Amino acid sequence: MMSTEHTETILQMEHITKSFSGVKVLEDVFFDLNPGEVHVLAGENGAGKTTLIKILAGVHTDFEGEIQLNGQSIRFKNPHDAAESGISSIHQDMSLISAMTVVDNIFLGREHAHANVWMNYRTQKEKAQKLLAQLGIDVNLMLPVEEYPVSVRQMIEIAKALAYDARIIIMDEPTSALNELEVKQLFQIIQDLKQKKYGIIYISHRLEEIYEISDRISVLRDGKYVGTAKADDLSPQELIRWMVGREINQQFPDRTPATGEERLRIENLYLPDPTGTKEWVVEDVSLSLNAGEILGIAGLRGSGNSELFHGLFGTYGKSVDGIVRLDGKPFKIQSPIQSIKHGLVLLTNDRKGTGLVLPMNIIRNISLSSLRAYSPGGWMQIQKENNAAQDHIEAFGIKAQSMHQEVETVSGGNQQKVVLAKWLETHPKVLLLDEPTLGVDVGAKHDIYTLMNQWTAQGMAILLITSELPELLAMSDRIMVMHRGRITAEFKKAEATQEKIIHAAMGEEKTA
Amino acid sequence: MKTKQKVQNRSDQRRNWLRSPLLRAFAALVLVFLIGIMFNADGAFFKWNTHRDMLRHISVFAILACGMTLVIIAAGIDLSVGSLLGLTAVLFSLFSLQQAWSPWLALPACLVIGATFGAASGGLIGRFKIQPFIATLAMMVFARGMAKWVSGGQKISTAVLQPDGTYQYVDVPPIFDFLNSKILNENLAVVTLILFACVLICWVILTKLRWGRYIYAIGGNEEAARLSGIPVIRTKLLTYGLCGFFCAIAGVCQAAQELQGDPEAGMTYELTAIAIVVIGGTNLMGGRGGIGLTFIGAMTIGYLEKILSINAVGEASRLMLTGAIIVGAVFFQKSRR
Repeated sequence: MMSTEHTETILQMEHITKSFSGVKVLEDVFFDLNPGEVHVLAGENGAGKTTLIKILAGVHTDFEGEIQLNGQSIRFKNPHDAAESGISSIHQDMSLISAMTVVDNIFLGREHAHANVWMNYRTQKEKAQKLLAQLGIDVNLMLPVEEYPVSVRQMIEIAKALAYDARIIIMDEPTSALNELEVKQLFQIIQDLKQKKYGIIYISHRLEEIYEISDRISVLRDGKYVGTAKADDLSPQELIRWMVGREINQQFPDRTPATGEERLRIENLYLPDPTGTKEWVVEDVSLSLNAGEILGIAGLRGSGNSELFHGLFGTYGKSVDGIVRLDGKPFKIQSPIQSIKHGLVLLTNDRKGTGLVLPMNIIRNISLSSLRAYSPGGWMQIQKENNAAQDHIEAFGIKAQSMHQEVETVSGGNQQKVVLAKWLETHPKVLLLDEPTLGVDVGAKHDIYTLMNQWTAQGMAILLITSELPELLAMSDRIMVMHRGRITAEFKKAEATQEKIIHAAMGEEKTA
Repeated sequence: MKTKQKVQNRSDQRRNWLRSPLLRAFAALVLVFLIGIMFNADGAFFKWNTHRDMLRHISVFAILACGMTLVIIAAGIDLSVGSLLGLTAVLFSLFSLQQAWSPWLALPACLVIGATFGAASGGLIGRFKIQPFIATLAMMVFARGMAKWVSGGQKISTAVLQPDGTYQYVDVPPIFDFLNSKILNENLAVVTLILFACVLICWVILTKLRWGRYIYAIGGNEEAARLSGIPVIRTKLLTYGLCGFFCAIAGVCQAAQELQGDPEAGMTYELTAIAIVVIGGTNLMGGRGGIGLTFIGAMTIGYLEKILSINAVGEASRLMLTGAIIVGAVFFQKSRR
C-alpha cells in the first residue's frame, strides 16, 4: 500500500480463532474498524467479546488468524506492544492506580524523563493539562485519582489513552458505573473523538445506548461471528435475535413445580451502595417466594440482582432496609451467621473468591458451614464429619482422586458441587443461587439442575440468578427482571421469552 | 488399560510424597543432622548432652513459634512476641522476686497479661481491620515501652532495693530453680518439656478443635469463611490471645533461665520465631501449615546453630549461614506449589 492516509479501515481482524485448553472460545471471527466510527461489539456473556478484545489488546498472544493495522499485518507480543501501536482499552474494572496522582496515571509506563531517568514533571503536566482541556474536564492534576468519582476516573482513562497517541480506543462497558448525566458527558466526548478520526470499539449490553452511539454493530454468539450491519439497518428485534437466537441444544430435566406455602417475603427492600458510588443498588424490591418454587431474577451485570442476594444474606450487615419474612416470621437481616441459622443461604457467583477455602480439602469445605453440628463442646468429631461429607459426595456425584484432596485441585464443576453440598449440609429453607452453573461443564450443569429440582420437591425455595437465558427460562417457575436496582418486569413461565427478558433487562419500556 | 492406570496412580502417589510438607521439612532436618554427623567436632555431636542443650536453647524460641504458627496459618503475623516475652519476663521477676508473690499467683497473672495483650492485637486486627503487620508492630513498640516502664529500665534481679538505699539479695524462689532444672537424670530440660506441652496444645487446637478449623478457614479465604458463617473477629481475638499466652510462657521461662527480668529480653526474637515457622514450611500466605512443621523447623534451626557452634564457627558466619538457609527453605516451599 502506498500510503496509510487513504486506506479506509484502520483495523482489520480476520479468521480469528482462539482456544482455551482445547475448547474453542472464538472461531473464525471477523472484525474491522474505520477511522471516525463507533463500532459496537455485541453478544451475550460468554459470546467471546472479551476474548476478542484481549487479543486485540495484546493480552492473548496465542491465537490463529490475522490482524492488520493500517493495512499492515501485525502481531502483538504483549499489551505494551499493542499500546505502542496505538491501541488503548478502557476497562470496566479500571486500570488506574488509585493512590497515584492524575498526571502520574496519565503517563504511567510512558513517563517523560530526561535521558529516560530524570523525571520531567513540567512537560508531563503541560501535556496532561492540554489533554484534559481537550476532553473538557477540570481536575487537579496533583490529586490522587481516588479522590474523583468513577465518571471522572473514566475521563482520566481516556486522557491516558490519548496520551499514548492511541488511534483505536476500546471501551468495555464504560457506562456500567455511570449515571445518566455522566453517560451524556461520555457520549459527548465520544462524539468529539469521532470528529478527530479516532476509531472506537464499544462493548455494551444496553440496547438504548448501542443505538445512541453506534455507527456499525457486529455480533458474536457462542464464539462465532454472526454478522455486521449498519446501526440504522439493524432493528433492535433483529439485533436481539442475532445475539440469542441459537437453538437450545442443552438438555434441561423436566421440572414439575410443586408450590406450597410462602417461604420468603420481601417488602420494599432498599440496599445502600456498599461502594458508595450510587445511593441505592437495590431500590424498593418486593417479592414473594413459595416453598418448592424457583423464582428467576434476571438482570444484566450491575442491575443489582447479585447485591439483592448479598443484602438478604447479610453480607453487608444491617445496612439493608425493608421487611423480610421467613416462613411468615419476621426476619432481621444481621449477618451471614444469623441467616445460615435461619435457613437462608447464598451461593455466590465467585466460588474461588467467596465460596471455597481453596487450600482446604473437599470434606472440610463441605462441613465448613455446619461445623457446630460435628463439634459438641468444640471438639471435632472427625469420623462423623467424614461420613456426612461422604454421603454428600455420593449424592452430588463429586468426582476427585481423594476426598482429602485440596479443593483447589478439582475441576470447576466439582468445585461448584462442593459449595452446593456445603450449603445443603446446613439444611436450608431458602437457597439464593447466584450463577450456580457458571464455568461448569454441560454434564455437571445437568446434575445441578436435577439437584435443584430435587430440593424444591423437598420443599426448599430457590431464588436463581443466571446470565444464561435458556437456563433461566427452563429452570424458573416465575421470572422477575431487574434494571438499575429496581424490578422492571415479572413474567409467568408460560409468557416469558428471551426477547422480553432482554428488553426488560436493558431498561426498555415494560412489555405489556 | 488397567496397568496404565496403576502406574499413573503410583506416580501420583510419589508426587504426593514429595509434596507432603511434613516430609520436606523432615528431609531438611535429616540433612542438617547428617551435616552434624559429618562435622561432629570430635564426637561432641554424638553426646546426648549436645542434643539436650540444643533443645533447651531452642525451647523459648520454639514456644514463641507455636503461637506464631497459629497466627500465620490464620494469614496474620505477630511482631509483638519478642516484646511480650520481655514484658512478661520483667513482670514475673517483679512479682516473684521483688514482691515475693507466690508462684501460684505470679504465674497466672503473667499468663493472663500476655493473653490480654495478644487479644488486644487481635481486636485491632479483627474488629478495626488494621493490618496484622501494623497492629502488632504497634503492640511490639508499646509492650517494649511498658516493659521498660514497669522495670524502671533496670534488670529485675534477686538484688532488691531496701528502704535504706542498700541492696539485699533475696533467695531464688523454687519456681525459678524448677523451671531452670533438668529432669530424667539431667537428660531433659524442664523448658523443653514445657515446649512439648505447647506443641501438644497447638496440635489439639489445630486438628481436634472446631477453633482450629476456623483458623485454617480464615487463613485460606477470609471472605469465604465469613460468608460460611464463621465468627471471624472472635477467632482472631482468640488466636492472637493464645499467641500472647505462649509469649507469657516463654517470658516466664526466660526469666527463670536468666534469673532476672530484663526489659531488653526478647529483642528480635519475633524474627527467629517467624524464621522457625517458615523453615518448617507453614505458608506465610495462610491456610496451609501445621504445628508439626514448626517443631521440625525449630529443631532444624537449633541443630544448625548447635553444629556451627560446636565446630567453633564464628558468630558472623553463623548468622550469614542462617540467612542463606532461610532463603533456601523458602525456595523449597515455593517449588511445592
